[in-house]
Amino acid sequence: MRIIGAIVVFLGLWLLLSGVYKPLTISLGVLSTLGVVFIINRMDSIDGDRIEIRLKPLAFLSYQGWLMVEIAKASLAVTKIVLSPSMPIKQHMFSVPYTQKTDLGQVIFANSITLTPGTVTIETEPGKFLVHAVDYSTDDKDALADMDRRVTACEKASKE
Amino acid sequence: MSGLDIAVEAISWLLILSGSFFVIVGAVGTLRFPDFWSRLHAVSITDSAGVILLFAGMSVQAGFSLITVKLIIIGVFLFITGPTATHAIANAALVSGLRPKEAKGFTGVEPEPLTPPTADPASSEQQ
Repeated sequence: MRIIGAIVVFLGLWLLLSGVYKPLTISLGVLSTLGVVFIINRMDSIDGDRIEIRLKPLAFLSYQGWLMVEIAKASLAVTKIVLSPSMPIKQHMFSVPYTQKTDLGQVIFANSITLTPGTVTIETEPGKFLVHAVDYSTDDKDALADMDRRVTACEKASKE
Repeated sequence: MSGLDIAVEAISWLLILSGSFFVIVGAVGTLRFPDFWSRLHAVSITDSAGVILLFAGMSVQAGFSLITVKLIIIGVFLFITGPTATHAIANAALVSGLRPKEAKGFTGVEPEPLTPPTADPASSEQQ
């Protein structure tokens, strides 16, 4: 079942990226797909770990939409700093606690912070991230806590 | 050229031009900002706003075709790798002991002390 799924995904990807549908190219694609799946199957003997993606798809998509709006707002704010003659930079570092249970959720939260212009995650510690911001404002922490809540809401509860 | 074509062209050029604007702003910021840490933020405008707008503009220009699918795949890839690379650079700077320059007359710093860089960064990432 896993193998069939892998073949379908790889073949689909190959067809999308190639765009040339002649018998020769398609058979080459099928051959390379089978080769890749064969190698992946053999790799299981070295590292058989399975990665579970525990995310709610719809919640995650709407989070992406919200993140786009945040990126737009933050981009404009940093653009203003860049273009203003006096360059009002007030950089500081602060730690942001995270509440995600899964590794994937933590990665999404940290990457979202970095993706938003003006804040960069620079260190991960148990229970919190160290964040560097270019501009100081008193509601920085609240904004990031809000983002944290939204990422956590995208996580599926674990089945332990 | 029908009205719809003109509208599509206008939208895509608007997106591409505003994307280019953000890329240029990122470049200007990289040159103007005083130190490493603030320059990271200038580049991240190029990284997020510029890339998103340029890709959206190119997708509208390409219409519903394989090219759009490829653009979306590249976009998703950049969305994951971009911040990861930024984090890697910033973390390397932190671990090697580089600290941000504070701006003149800045009083808004919070009292929380910086965590000293750990000698072995892997030890703090266990769990």
